[in-house]
Amino acid sequence: MGFFERIFKEPRWGVHPDDHKRPAADVPLRVLPPPAKVYMPLQQHVGGAARPIVLVGQKVLKGQLLAEPSGNISAPIHAPVSGTISAIGEVTAPHASGLGFTAITIDNDFENRWIECEQVADPLALAAEEITKRTAAAGIVGLGGATFPSAAKFSLGRRLKVDTLIVNGGECEPYLSADDRIMRDRANEVVDGVRIVMRAIGAEQALVGIEDNKPEAIAAMRLAAEPFPEVKIRPVPTRYPMGSDRQLIQTLTGREVPADARAAEVGVLVHNVSTCAAVHQAVRFGRPLVERIVTINGGAVKEPGNIFAPIGTLVAELLAFCGLKEDPARIILGGPMMGTPLPHAQVPLVKGASGILAFDAKEAFMPEAGPCIRCGNCTRACPMGLQPLEMGAHIRAGDLDGAEKFMLGDCMSCGCCAYVCPSHIPLVQYFNHAKGELWAKERTKLRVDASKRLVEARAQRLEREAKEKAEAAARRKAERAAAKAKAAAEAQGQAEGETA
Amino acid sequence: MLSAVASLTTMGIALGGLLGVASRYLAVEGNPIEGEIKDLLPGSQCGQCGYVGCAQAATALAKGEAPVTLCPPGGRALAQQLAAKLGVKVDLSAISDDGPKLAQVAEEICIGCCKCIKVCPTDAIIGAAKQIHNVIREACTGCGACVDRCPTEAMTMVSVPVTLQHWIWPKPALNTAVAAHA
Amino acid sequence: MSAMNTPISSPHTTTTQSVSRVMITVMLALVPATLFGFWLYGWPSIWLWLVTVAAATLGEAFCLRLMARPVLPALHDGSAILTGWLLAMSLPPWAPWWIGAFGGLFATMLAKQAFGGLGQNLFNPAMVARVALLISFPVQMTAWVAPLPLDAIGAPGPISGLLVTLQGIPSGLDAVASASLLGFAKTELSRGADLLQSLSHAPLQTWFGSRSGSLGETAAWLIAAGGVVMMFLRIITWHIPLAMLAGIAIPAVILHAVDPARYLDMPTHLLSGGAMLGAFFIATDYVTSPSTPRGQLIFAAGCGVLTYVIRTWAGYPEGVAFAVLLMNALTPIIDSYVKPRIYGRDRKGAALKAQR
Repeated sequence: MGFFERIFKEPRWGVHPDDHKRPAADVPLRVLPPPAKVYMPLQQHVGGAARPIVLVGQKVLKGQLLAEPSGNISAPIHAPVSGTISAIGEVTAPHASGLGFTAITIDNDFENRWIECEQVADPLALAAEEITKRTAAAGIVGLGGATFPSAAKFSLGRRLKVDTLIVNGGECEPYLSADDRIMRDRANEVVDGVRIVMRAIGAEQALVGIEDNKPEAIAAMRLAAEPFPEVKIRPVPTRYPMGSDRQLIQTLTGREVPADARAAEVGVLVHNVSTCAAVHQAVRFGRPLVERIVTINGGAVKEPGNIFAPIGTLVAELLAFCGLKEDPARIILGGPMMGTPLPHAQVPLVKGASGILAFDAKEAFMPEAGPCIRCGNCTRACPMGLQPLEMGAHIRAGDLDGAEKFMLGDCMSCGCCAYVCPSHIPLVQYFNHAKGELWAKERTKLRVDASKRLVEARAQRLEREAKEKAEAAARRKAERAAAKAKAAAEAQGQAEGETA
Repeated sequence: MLSAVASLTTMGIALGGLLGVASRYLAVEGNPIEGEIKDLLPGSQCGQCGYVGCAQAATALAKGEAPVTLCPPGGRALAQQLAAKLGVKVDLSAISDDGPKLAQVAEEICIGCCKCIKVCPTDAIIGAAKQIHNVIREACTGCGACVDRCPTEAMTMVSVPVTLQHWIWPKPALNTAVAAHA
Repeated sequence: MSAMNTPISSPHTTTTQSVSRVMITVMLALVPATLFGFWLYGWPSIWLWLVTVAAATLGEAFCLRLMARPVLPALHDGSAILTGWLLAMSLPPWAPWWIGAFGGLFATMLAKQAFGGLGQNLFNPAMVARVALLISFPVQMTAWVAPLPLDAIGAPGPISGLLVTLQGIPSGLDAVASASLLGFAKTELSRGADLLQSLSHAPLQTWFGSRSGSLGETAAWLIAAGGVVMMFLRIITWHIPLAMLAGIAIPAVILHAVDPARYLDMPTHLLSGGAMLGAFFIATDYVTSPSTPRGQLIFAAGCGVLTYVIRTWAGYPEGVAFAVLLMNALTPIIDSYVKPRIYGRDRKGAALKAQR
């Protein structure tokens, strides 16, 4: 960068951490040998957890439906291997808390028998609703990490009449190269998937955004997309978080998504390249989502690279396959900027896991936090234009409502602010804590309001019952009085009759 | 010098009089903070605080007659909110905060006497005479009135378990060696 | 492996930059100007610099100990040394030791630690100390000397230099006393002599130092060079230096064109006094300046204009310290009104309307 540019043209947002992608990205794709056991969690997506429809002891084929979706936003789960269901119980979730969630355990019979898959010769001849239905049935969710059920997104896109499909080949996180690999090796599948998705949402063009630190992927995709002019390959500058959908949309189309709106409302829909490849498998070949490419990288890994593995494989097995030089100081699911720290390696691989990082002590070292010196680096780095130093100061002082006034809700926890902070303040943890507390407060308020309504309802019920009781008593009294009067009248009449 | 004394005295009397008039005719009736406090309280009128209902507790809090730790169902979070609103310092270490608790019926012991149903302020207990009772968790406010009423001790208060959906990141611990404020 | 009682939050990687590195870079940027100043003014200035920096560090250590906080980690970030250094750059080079000592202690103890330590002070500590010294000891703080380079005849050696700092300027070196250019101009104007006449026999000044003034004043070009290096290393951005220098330069150009006899010209204004030091090192202090680029422009423009106003029409010949302090007081207001535009929202914070 020239002298003049360096002083006067600071990038508008984001950070540029060290890549660490190679040599792992250049190693050819390896296939994991079939694992003896897989653990398929019921919640691998945004929305309602899937409901199991199989029983312990049942034999299943690869790709068989194990759990059906529940609710409008949900996704089904399918068997990644053929074998026997040995348990439906709790496993440790890939979550910072170390809490558990329900998963279906399958003991592999190593026969690799698929279910009957319905192949479609020309998926583009199918109706959009049909493609959406098949995508839903295949359990496809956003494989970039967001895990939003793709079929629901297709319906949304169709309803809002989007005109552009943006295909996210950014992969801006350091260390990760799963999307890079799938674009290099299976570009045809990706492009086919892109065209199917375009048909499903009714888009006229697709813009494939690929960061320019992936020249081989760009070349491969250009080659695969050549026969299809509506699929345009667009290299974008390498900057974290270019893969964030808001930033990618603005870079590729110049449109800005309003704060309270979704991308579809500005006419675009964003899907990851791996998701498009999965749609290709599901619609053209009838195969549900049961396998994916995952990057195994980090200083503690002997042979880092990309592995094609069944979903539900234990992280420990993946790490053992690539070999560990030492006991990892930290295991992360995802990238280093936004990834989840795993409590241990006995955690299953989930649909949204694009990478597993095993850090050695040097990489895992985080310096002690110091006081905020108000340098403003965080404000300059924030892709959303927020002021992390102000929000952090308010949260530290316990003023969560003050932090909300700085639009804490717009924060996407990308980690740029904490990355550039010279005092190494854990800003993202402050924000996640505050968001959680505010959300809990909101839930408590709703609960309190509901309790108040119940108390009122009870008071009304008691009043009503008392009133009915009083009315009933009054009625009985009136009847008794009437009966008494009647009896008296009859008696008198009799007496008169006797005297007459 | 005399003129200085005279002018300052006149100003003092005039401005003081103005303040007195203002305090009489521009006085604010009632205490708006009472309404805000009442909104913070759970509203189940359980009576554990010793006052008849939440409104009366709010009045007492606004006057400063009641401690901010008076509401057991509100727990530590409520005490903190009340302390913040009233601007008082409070020692929260005495409040055990195992989190919110909900009532639960031990079905093997329940005899179906309906005594708990009659006292529940939100009608959270379902059941009928000689039928097993059960607590609707969404409606239970954790006031504990039913626990005292149950003749067979079938009713207990259990902590709400933390699930993945409700887990919250803890606030980063302050490095008091270098950083300053909380 | 991390204990799950305290889960570690993302991001799991961080920049190699740290507070001490930032401070060290700033100090390195000051080194050329400081060394040149040492050479120009000799040993007394070296001793004064040492006393000031030591006093600033001691003051900080004392306060930390008083507050029962670990002393070494806080001193390690180098901010106390930098405060003392900047204060020393703005003092008369041959000032007595107790000026430096008092100033250093005042800067870190009262202007920084009393507010809560690093990151909590409202006013720039070096400028607070300078203003306190100027008001309390006006004679010593305006006793400027003409440069007497280390290799010149008659320049005091290390021990005699130490004695100058400890005991004051001896009678043999009286001829050394000289007024700074700004001070000279102001005195002459108040006497009624206009600038066109008085500047012909003004104290010696050339474009490359050798003018009488503080350490930071004489080496104006070296200060500016250090500042540009800091901009290149992204320690500071261009907003504050450019705006502050523009705030001084634009009124200077206009008014000098209107009445050259009454108003000094722009190069004099920019190269005299603490203008360069203030623009690149003082006003750019992170803690006391706004955190947004637009806010920084407003802040620095205010500093520049106030400097010019104080220099031209107020009682003191040099206005940078007062101007910076006044604008420091406005920094919180600037920060609360000037906020960056949030993605997806307009300037006021309301969500944008969806447009295709």
